[in-house]
Amino acid sequence: MLPACSFPVASIVNDSSAVTQIARRAALSTPAQIRRGLRGLSDRAITWIFILPTIILLLAINIFPLIWTIYLSFTNFRANRTSRATEWVGLDNYRSVLTDPDIWRSMQVTANFVIWSIGIELVLGFALALLIDKRFRGHSLWTTVILLPMMLSPAVVGTFWTFLFQPQTGLFNYTVAFLSGVDPSSFQMIGDVPLAPWAIVLVDAWMWTPYVMLICLAGLRSIPDSIYEAAEVDRASSWRQFWTVTVPMVLPFLMLAVLFRAIENFKMFDMVNLLTSGGPGSTTEVVSITLKREAFEKWRTGYSSALGIILFVTVFGAANIYVKALNAMKNR
Amino acid sequence: MSQNTAAHSVVEPTPWTKRVAGVIVVVYALLTMVPLVWILLTGFKTPTDSISYPPKMVFEPTLEGYVNLFTTRSRQTQEYIDSLPPAQSWYDKLVRSHGMVIAGPSKFAQRYVNSLVIGFGSTFLAVFLGVLAAYAFSRFRVPLSDDLLFFILSTRMMPPIAVAIPIYLMYRQLGLSDTWLGMILLYTAVNVSLAVWLLKGFIDEIPREYEEAAMVDGYTRFQAFWKVVLPQASTGIAATAIFCLIFAWNEYAFAVLLTSGEAQTAPPFIPIIIGEGGQDWPAVAAGTTLFLIPIVVFTVVLRKHLLRGITFGALRK
Repeated sequence: MLPACSFPVASIVNDSSAVTQIARRAALSTPAQIRRGLRGLSDRAITWIFILPTIILLLAINIFPLIWTIYLSFTNFRANRTSRATEWVGLDNYRSVLTDPDIWRSMQVTANFVIWSIGIELVLGFALALLIDKRFRGHSLWTTVILLPMMLSPAVVGTFWTFLFQPQTGLFNYTVAFLSGVDPSSFQMIGDVPLAPWAIVLVDAWMWTPYVMLICLAGLRSIPDSIYEAAEVDRASSWRQFWTVTVPMVLPFLMLAVLFRAIENFKMFDMVNLLTSGGPGSTTEVVSITLKREAFEKWRTGYSSALGIILFVTVFGAANIYVKALNAMKNR
Repeated sequence: MSQNTAAHSVVEPTPWTKRVAGVIVVVYALLTMVPLVWILLTGFKTPTDSISYPPKMVFEPTLEGYVNLFTTRSRQTQEYIDSLPPAQSWYDKLVRSHGMVIAGPSKFAQRYVNSLVIGFGSTFLAVFLGVLAAYAFSRFRVPLSDDLLFFILSTRMMPPIAVAIPIYLMYRQLGLSDTWLGMILLYTAVNVSLAVWLLKGFIDEIPREYEEAAMVDGYTRFQAFWKVVLPQASTGIAATAIFCLIFAWNEYAFAVLLTSGEAQTAPPFIPIIIGEGGQDWPAVAAGTTLFLIPIVVFTVVLRKHLLRGITFGALRK
C-alpha cells in the first residue's frame, strides 16, 4: 500500500551530518522502527492534506472573484439593478475606460502621488538608515519609535491628519504659521487646489518613510566590513566610498522598497479617501477613488470592473518587467 | 578622522559622528511622534479646547471625549434634567453638566469587539492553514512552489475595490454578507498566502535532521511535524500571527464596502463619529487612541521580525 520511497532514504544516505549518521545507523540496525515510521500517512498524502484547504480558500475568495470581475467587465451589469437582464457588450467597457479623459486625469494624479511620495521616502529613508547605521547609543530604541507610523491603520491615519490639517485651528497650520509668519487662515492643506496633492504626499511620507528606512538599513548591514577596509587601504575618501561601495550595494534593496511601495501606492485608497476623498474637485482623485465612485456611487459595475482589470494588468506587467530588471542587476 | 583609526576599526564611526547622527535621528523621531501625541492629548480635551486657536498645549484634562465615544446623548432642558433622579455615576454627572442626558451606549464598543473577533478569528485561521501549507512547501516538492512569492505579490496588485462587487454578490448568495464569518474568511484569504510564505521561511531554517531523527525513533511524519517542527517554529508562528492580526485590524476598504452594521469593524466607524455641530474630535481622538494602543504594543513585540513581514519574506535580516 505505502510506497517504499516515502521514507527519505536518499537524503539520509547523501547527508553526512552527525545527526543523520546516527539516524542511518539506527535505521540500519532497527528495521522494525522504520516500519513504524512508515505507518500512518504517506508524505504525498500529507502534502495534499496540508495544502488543499489553503488552495480551496484561495480559489473561492481570491481567484473566483477575479474571474467574475473579468466576466463582468465584458457586460453592462449594474450591481444596484440586478433584475435587469445582463448583456454581453464585448470590449465596449474597455474602450470607454481608455478613452475617458477623467480616467487619464486620475492616472496622472496617481502618477504624481506615487512618484513624489516614493521620491521623498527614498531620500529621507536612506538618509535615516545611514544615520542609524552609525550605531549611536540607543539606536535600536529610536528605530522602533520611528517605525511606529507604518504599522498604523491608513484609514485612522487619514482621519487624524484631517484634524491636524484643519484650517485655522489645526496644529499643522499653527506650526507653519508659527515658523514662517504666514497667516494660519490663509491656506488650507486639504481645501486648496495647489496644496491638496501635497497633503496626501506629506501624510504618505510621514507614514512610509520608516518602511524605506528599514529596508535600507538591512541593505547597509549586509555590506561586509572588509569592503570598506579594502577601500580604506586604497585610500578612497569617505565620499568616494559612499558612491562606489555604499550606494551600489544598497541599490537592490532600494529597488525592492520602490517595488513594494509602488504597488501599494498605485492602489492607495483608504488614507486618501479619508483625508481628501479625492477633493477639492478632483485634484487628489487617485484611480482607486475613481474606481470606488464608478463602482459604488454610479454603480457602473461593468465599467468599473474593466477599470479594475486594466489597473491590475498595468501593475502586473510593470512589476514583472521591474522584477526582471532587478534580477538582471543582482546577477551582474 | 584618521587620528582615531588606532582606537577604532575603519568601519567604526567616530564618537563625534555618532553623536551628531544620534541627535538628528532623535529629532526626526520626536517630530514624527508629534501627530500621535497630539491625538492622545486631544482625547482628553473638551470639544471647545480641541478646536481653539491657538492650539492649547496646556489644558484641563477631561474624560468627556471617552464618555462621548461610548455613549449617545440627547440635549434636554434644564428643568427636565433637574426632574430626573440624581446622577448615578461620574459619567452621568459629566454629561448632565453639559445639559444632556445619556440616551444609551454608542456602537463603538460593538465595533471594537467586531474588530477583535474578526482580527483574531482570521489570524488563527490564516496561521493554521498557513503552517500546514508552509510545512508541505518547505519539506516536499510541490508543483509551482517557486512562483509562490510572485503569486502573493500579484494578489496584492488587484485593487480591493475591483473585487469587492463579486465578493459582495457571492456573499449575498451565501448569506455571508455583513457577518463575522464572511469577514473572517475574506481576511484569511488575503492573509494566508503571506502567512504561507513567511512560515515557509521560518520552517526552512529548522534542520530536516530533527524530524528525520524523530521518525527514526518511531514518530510518524505527522507526529514529527506536530511535536518537533511546530515547537521549533513557535517564534516564527507568533511573528506571522501578529502580522496577520495587524493587517486584519487595520483593513479599511473591504470593511467599508462589505459591512454596514452587524460585522462592521472599527476603522470605518472611527472617522464618522459625529457630535453636535460636526465631527466630535475628542471622541474621534479617544477612539483612535484605543484603536492604536494594541498596534503600538505589537510593534514593540515584533520589532526584530518587522523587516521580514513587511517585505513579504523577501528580506530576512
